[in-house]
Amino acid sequence: MDILNNIESSVGNKHLLLYIMWDLADDVSLVIVVVDVNPYFWVEKANASTGTSDIDFEQFLQHVLAFMNAILLLNHMNYLAVIATGSDSCSFLYESLAGESVSDGEGKPPSKRMNKHHTPSAKIVRGLKDFVSKELAFKTERKDNGKRYSLLSGSLSMALCYVQRILRQDPPHPHPRILCFQGSPDASQQYIAVMNAIFSAQRLMVPIDSCMVGSQHSAFLQQAAHITGGIYMKPPHPEGLFEYLMMVFATDLHSRRFLQLPRPTGVDFRASCFCHKKTIDTGFVCSVCLSIFCKHHKECSTCGASFSQNKSSFVTGQKRKLSTN
Amino acid sequence: MMEAPAAAYGVEDDGDMEAEEAGRDMEAWERAYADDRSWEALVEDETGLLQAQDKVQQQRQHRRRVQASSGLHIQRGIIRYLYLIIDLSRAAAEMDFRPSRLAVVANCVEAFIREFFDQNPLSHLGIITIRNGIASRLTDLSGSPEAHIKVLRGNLECAGDASIQNALDLSRSFLCQVPTYGHREVMLIFSALGTCDPGDVLESVRNCKEENIRCSVVGVAAEIYICKLLCEKTGGIYSVAMNEAHLKELVLEHVAPPPALAEAAVASLVKMGFPQRGAEGTIALCACHREVKIGGGYTCPRCKARVCELPTECFICGLTLVSSPHLARSYHHLFPVPVFEEVPLDAKFSGIQELSKVCYGCQQLLPLAGSKVTGVRLVCPRCNKHFCFDCDVYIHESLHNCPGCESFCEPQT
Repeated sequence: MDILNNIESSVGNKHLLLYIMWDLADDVSLVIVVVDVNPYFWVEKANASTGTSDIDFEQFLQHVLAFMNAILLLNHMNYLAVIATGSDSCSFLYESLAGESVSDGEGKPPSKRMNKHHTPSAKIVRGLKDFVSKELAFKTERKDNGKRYSLLSGSLSMALCYVQRILRQDPPHPHPRILCFQGSPDASQQYIAVMNAIFSAQRLMVPIDSCMVGSQHSAFLQQAAHITGGIYMKPPHPEGLFEYLMMVFATDLHSRRFLQLPRPTGVDFRASCFCHKKTIDTGFVCSVCLSIFCKHHKECSTCGASFSQNKSSFVTGQKRKLSTN
Repeated sequence: MMEAPAAAYGVEDDGDMEAEEAGRDMEAWERAYADDRSWEALVEDETGLLQAQDKVQQQRQHRRRVQASSGLHIQRGIIRYLYLIIDLSRAAAEMDFRPSRLAVVANCVEAFIREFFDQNPLSHLGIITIRNGIASRLTDLSGSPEAHIKVLRGNLECAGDASIQNALDLSRSFLCQVPTYGHREVMLIFSALGTCDPGDVLESVRNCKEENIRCSVVGVAAEIYICKLLCEKTGGIYSVAMNEAHLKELVLEHVAPPPALAEAAVASLVKMGFPQRGAEGTIALCACHREVKIGGGYTCPRCKARVCELPTECFICGLTLVSSPHLARSYHHLFPVPVFEEVPLDAKFSGIQELSKVCYGCQQLLPLAGSKVTGVRLVCPRCNKHFCFDCDVYIHESLHNCPGCESFCEPQT
């Protein structure tokens, strides 16, 4: 504290002090939480749950809200944004940046003025209620089209646009990371879009962490964690979700290096063919559109290119010379 | 337009009028400078930084540039075999770029190689250098960026003359052997102002055309007729750099896969292997370095040989080994995001009752009629969501997903 006082007296400029402090603090985080609120998944889970070790949506929300509050309390400069993933739409529920920018100029600590209706939890729950009623409106409007997966690719894209906005600001910006709470199974239609988002996150150096709350693993999010350097975890005892969240996902990126975090298990990088959706070891790839097939076809079903029957093209034309050493 | 500034700076009034009158007599570059008055477009913001006043115009200009370069649905050559020819003649040692042309070119090439493999993971690249009138191959066609960069960094001396013919003949002899489905390309970074050839260079250009090799040239010094002819004949792009930053921009333009000509490559099914990653802690001999490695590595599904990195070709059976993310990395070239359209601020947008206040992607405030926020407002033609300029750039250049389209379920067909 002495150091800070000295700096303040020598600098005499509050803004500059803020900048200096921010520069010193490498643990300021921007956490974007992507919550799967797909009703099909949660209802199914509630129906299927047998033991006491499973949690329903309300319990899940309590754990997650406590965790989000913890993130905001860990460092007063931490930012939080919450995105809900539904089965028909995605939407921002809360961003801690939005309210702060107004009150910051006065120098009043915003937490003092907070009453019950302005806490982050209250805002998130209100946002969630709005979101669910909107989803319901969609449902009645469009009838059930048999689509049960959640729109992970959309919420990841929105999260990355938000990260991009924060990174556009003046240099001392928080270190962003994305945390997905996912329960619904992967949707193969979204494969390309999810992969695009993952590669973009990799380029921005934003890790995508994921915490699986469903019964099955997600190959998409395993790949996301592997490629972007995030953590993938499926808590074995969901009733203690909050403990897992605090121990694994609450630490900032800088401190992560000193922790023993869950080790990545084997990630399956095998592809599945477009014709039968089988996972294959070797396959044929169309040289025009990169569609994957398990057998040799005469024509590509995706782009319509016809393949010549000459077998020579399967063998790589380049003869490999054996070096002598 | 001239009235307001003239009133504000009364002293300069006469000078401006004179300049205006003399406009016809001035040289083109002087005239443009006087008329443009670019300094007036700058304003100081509250933190003292200079900001361009006409943000909307700038953003429109940027979008026009991008739109011009992005065509509609065109087939692209995804599997590329590219020889990068680097001119290391004595002209490359000149110091008109700082610290020297050679150093600038080397940095550009390094960035290019990394970016090339990032965007074209199934492609192969090799490096050829020209020195003392002789072309020599530095690296074989292969898929590892680090190997190329390492060899290139160790071979940066320049001497003698440049020979386009030798370089073309050498690269052609290697590109003849690549599989028929591959797109053959040569990219030349040329510093010299002439070529010193043993025979007829035009004959080499004809041969390249016959072999369907697309040749592109990035000039470091000035435009040269033979380079222009080469690119014209073979369907490549010729560009000449004006400065260091421009050179880098031009070189990196070649990273995206070029539009493919139907006759350039035969469509075929390529047999590929998708190896699984070996478990941690297993000990195996790797086929690529012939060393004992612990953990990691991938096993070829056909011959069970161990390789260290993907994508590669199996060193024993020659099967192309890739992982599914490598294929996925190229898909965005094939399914591009539609170009967003600009929304006029005053008119009500059809379909949506009122204009949304914030950008759908980043929640930033969007410009409205009469609001303080400046900039353009854009709409995705497919999902009718509104976006800010920055998100538009990010979505089309890096993300390749429209957040709006992705977060609404499409009616099933």
